[in-house]
Amino acid sequence: MKTNDVILKSVTRVAAVIISTFSIYLFMNGHHNPGGGFIGGLSTASAIVLLFLSFGIEKVRENIRVDFKKLAAVGVLIALGTGMAGVVFGQPFLTQAFGYYDLPIFGNTELASALIFDTGVALAVIGTAVNIILSISEDR
Amino acid sequence: MIFETVLIIALGILMLSILANLYRVVKGPSSADRVQALDSVGINLIASIAVFSVLLHTHAFFDLILLIGILSFIGTIAFARFIERGVVIERKR
Repeated sequence: MKTNDVILKSVTRVAAVIISTFSIYLFMNGHHNPGGGFIGGLSTASAIVLLFLSFGIEKVRENIRVDFKKLAAVGVLIALGTGMAGVVFGQPFLTQAFGYYDLPIFGNTELASALIFDTGVALAVIGTAVNIILSISEDR
Repeated sequence: MIFETVLIIALGILMLSILANLYRVVKGPSSADRVQALDSVGINLIASIAVFSVLLHTHAFFDLILLIGILSFIGTIAFARFIERGVVIERKR
């Protein structure tokens, strides 16, 4: 049964870009505004689920060549690594550092190591959510 | 004062609209009626959040508006594919 869902595919091509941009926005302003790693990772996972819904598993898997199990493991390792970096410098576990730097485009910017921890949380959430969706969609 | 009264009246009307949609969710003869009513509940929820954030003088909920829109869209598509084909995510054999 070959069905033609051109409207769904055309809408998905536009909406996936918008959802991914919105999830990066939610991820980056989690320090001063509502947002953060968890909700940014979940909205990225929802964009990937939308791609799975409209294009099928095989077509997405051959274009996004990421093993989501390894992605979750890498996220947990990044979060653990930022915790252990405080131990290396003689501080308690999960101590975060921040500093003000002059970046070329953004000017005087506050860079905190909590962003790296949030990156780990986001990668773990993306890997876990997409892996759950992929596991329960295999009906064999 | 009268502005807040207008906002509270608008919230009451939106709540009545959500209740009417919930009646269609419970009573709906086919499952397509239920899915469409749930989508409409999501849209009314977005409108209520907008009115509510005006009432509270905050802009902390504006991200939530876009997020509920995205999640309602994806949920409606998933239900529509389940009704139409029986599977949510296709895979070739």
